[in-house]
Amino acid sequence: MKTIFEKSVPGRQALSLPECDVPLYQLSPELLREKPLRFPEVAEIDLVRHYTALSKRAYGVDDGFYPLGSCTMKYNPKLNEEAANLPGFTGIHPLQEQKTLQGALKLMYTLGAKLAEITGMDQITLQPAAGAHGEYTALQLIRAYHLDHGNPQRNKIIVPDSAHGTNPASAAMNDYITVNIPSGPDGCVDLEALKAAVGEDTAALMLTNPNTVGIFDKNIRQIAQIVHDAGGLLYYDGANLNPIMGLIRPGDMGYDVVHLNLHKTFSTPHGGGGPGSGPVGCKAALAPYLPGPIVTEKDGVYSLTPGGDKSIGTVKTFYGNFLVMIKALAYIETLGAEGIRLAAQLAALNANYMMARLKGHFPAYSSDICMHEFVISCEKLKEEVGITALDFAKALIDRGIHPPTIYFPLIVHEALMFEPTETESKQTLDQACDTILELLREAKADPAAFKQHPVKMPIGRPDEVTAARKPILVYTPASS
Amino acid sequence: MERKFLKTHEWYCEKCNKIGISDYAQHELGDIVYVELPSVGDPVEAGKAFGNVESVKGVSEVFSPVSGTVAEVNTDLESQPELINQAPYDAWMIKVTPSAPAEGLLSEEEYQKLIAK
Repeated sequence: MKTIFEKSVPGRQALSLPECDVPLYQLSPELLREKPLRFPEVAEIDLVRHYTALSKRAYGVDDGFYPLGSCTMKYNPKLNEEAANLPGFTGIHPLQEQKTLQGALKLMYTLGAKLAEITGMDQITLQPAAGAHGEYTALQLIRAYHLDHGNPQRNKIIVPDSAHGTNPASAAMNDYITVNIPSGPDGCVDLEALKAAVGEDTAALMLTNPNTVGIFDKNIRQIAQIVHDAGGLLYYDGANLNPIMGLIRPGDMGYDVVHLNLHKTFSTPHGGGGPGSGPVGCKAALAPYLPGPIVTEKDGVYSLTPGGDKSIGTVKTFYGNFLVMIKALAYIETLGAEGIRLAAQLAALNANYMMARLKGHFPAYSSDICMHEFVISCEKLKEEVGITALDFAKALIDRGIHPPTIYFPLIVHEALMFEPTETESKQTLDQACDTILELLREAKADPAAFKQHPVKMPIGRPDEVTAARKPILVYTPASS
Repeated sequence: MERKFLKTHEWYCEKCNKIGISDYAQHELGDIVYVELPSVGDPVEAGKAFGNVESVKGVSEVFSPVSGTVAEVNTDLESQPELINQAPYDAWMIKVTPSAPAEGLLSEEEYQKLIAK
């Protein structure tokens, strides 16, 4: 398929401007570009066909089952989009006078309060642009806290070996040293390893609960105790909040600071380039360091209050990705407290149902009850017939199912990580399980043919190795 | 070349002080696309990570079998990480000046037993 640039024809355009009825003003030469910008020049019909063709080649949660583990690809009710499209929200400007923005400010204030309630935190900032940015902001708070308490030597972040890759990456971005600790046989934190790792140089432990194999770490209170006794802080990676929201709160588990992915848990579309939203919540002890401005309320009037003297400063232009906040609040308000709790329970039920149907056929990482996601392994299949997790994922594409996350978490060989989410029906789950088991039979019967998948797609197997070794990151037109 | 191994799949040649990853490791990782190595003079510590290898599956740390300092770095791997896949026992990653003899390493036979499990 040609790119929109390759479809460009000089002089062709999709609109006709009326004749200019004001005098032309000539900019002085030093303000002008030396070469005109290269925009694609296409007619409206070319434009429409190009993007329609692209959309047909894409796959999203609106197309079918999307059990991408650790991503919470739940269905996003269209009502949320409608709310975010209200002209009162889309037509405002962040630099308007605050008295003309009261509705928008009230929305942010309300969302912050709801998120604080769900996470058990005292204060929330809605500024961070998405998850990794939220992690970054939270670590900045942790750093500011330790510096303010005269502990600049606390320069280590402890991360379990099953953690999301963003955790050590965020630590590195903040100039922290990452200390990896092994997981126990159940994928949970090894308490002895944690005790051995904490000390006077511990800044924080970053931990997602349930963990990345979908198991709730029951020792979380003890873990919090160990970290706190050593003078460190406990950080909640909110990527896996979905199956516990409304049921238990990170704040009650002993966490000091959390980040959330509104675009995962609170049903705003993700994948496809965002934008996301990664609010950070914290306990009162960390609140003085939060980025400003924060929306405050007094006598029914909402205002943007700048950060205090100890604030880490602003982390995003203006106030964060506002339209995403609208969708999240629409989601929370339409479900209500009961609905939020039910969504969490159904997320866990769906994952357990799928795991129960599949685990006799693939070794499951844990025989325990899982939370929102579970990990099965293709290791046996690889040994028997040479079919890997990658091959299995590619075959699922041909059957109209988005592959699960593969080769993660790193502690499981040939991992397939499924997260069906609460928005799928039993029929969809049964159909997916039937397809997976059918593919398993196909793989064993004819491994060579199986390795050809996908064959029904416009693109088969892209050369991932060359793409990683010699990436071409910028489009260069053939003519220049 | 006589090699000893770590449980984490690194090999170490005590005679030439070179360190790399085992054939089993490169096979399990799949096509290696990027190698991150330390600089000459950096300290390494037995059992601690000194670098990373990235394959299409993910990033893995590489652990040092011995304590000391980095004497030489195989810079060929920066532009040709596939050398590790092609010949893992020729594609050494770093050469070290040990500060103490290596301890607790597995012999070739013990390592083969470990990965056969």
